[in-house]
Amino acid sequence: MKITLNNRDEEFEADSMTVSEMLEIRKFTFRLRIIKINGELIPRNKYATTLIHDGDNVQMLYLMSGG
Amino acid sequence: MLTDRRMNAEEIAAHLGNFRVGIAGAGGLGSNCSALLARSGIGTLVIADHDRVERSNLSRQYYFEGQTGMLKTEALKENLSRIRPETAVVIHNVFLDPTNISMLFRGCHVIVEALDSSEMKEMFIETVQTEMKGIPVVAGSGIAGWGRNETLRSRQIDETLYVCGDETTEVSGDLPPLAARVAIVAAMQANTVVEILMKMH
Repeated sequence: MKITLNNRDEEFEADSMTVSEMLEIRKFTFRLRIIKINGELIPRNKYATTLIHDGDNVQMLYLMSGG
Repeated sequence: MLTDRRMNAEEIAAHLGNFRVGIAGAGGLGSNCSALLARSGIGTLVIADHDRVERSNLSRQYYFEGQTGMLKTEALKENLSRIRPETAVVIHNVFLDPTNISMLFRGCHVIVEALDSSEMKEMFIETVQTEMKGIPVVAGSGIAGWGRNETLRSRQIDETLYVCGDETTEVSGDLPPLAARVAIVAAMQANTVVEILMKMH
């Protein structure tokens, strides 16, 4: 399937995958982030159960400590 | 009121005076951002923090010698009133959590995320985006160290979420937050708030 990830086209083998699976495939697991799918924020406790489908627009923002 | 023609400085300040902006955190990002927003003419600032001013904060935060030991919210309110008394400043001396955020920032047109830990940032952004739908959040992420001006950026995720910073550097023992880089990101956040409000009626 093809999705848009941070405004870039990205291709994945699976037809659908959970947010957790996508993070593992792309080795994105090491830091905190905000994830939105088609404009809807996905809380961290829903990463394992929320599916990403073909054509979805996925936006990620990385959260680094310091303020 | 606007968009069709250019406004002069007085008209811009008058327009910005119609709005209420929330600031979550009064540390390096929040205190510097608040000062810039007050100078820009924002009508009301709603500032939440639970810390007190420490001597080490003076290296980068908008506080002064003689204010150590004060609540940051109270010290900042005092400093903002000296910059621009026309800006109303509402302060909340609280620890933010998912149960109090939407109440404390009710009525804000834009909210600045200026918290310290990445866990707090995550909690705050998640709460505002789910409980205060439609209210733009301007987050700060990646401010540590010095130099590397070219890595600091501002990104619009969508209509209600913006992030300023490098999204890469984490504050640590050998990569502390130094004044200039913190102030750049605070200014980017303030600039983004002004940009959002200039499009609002």
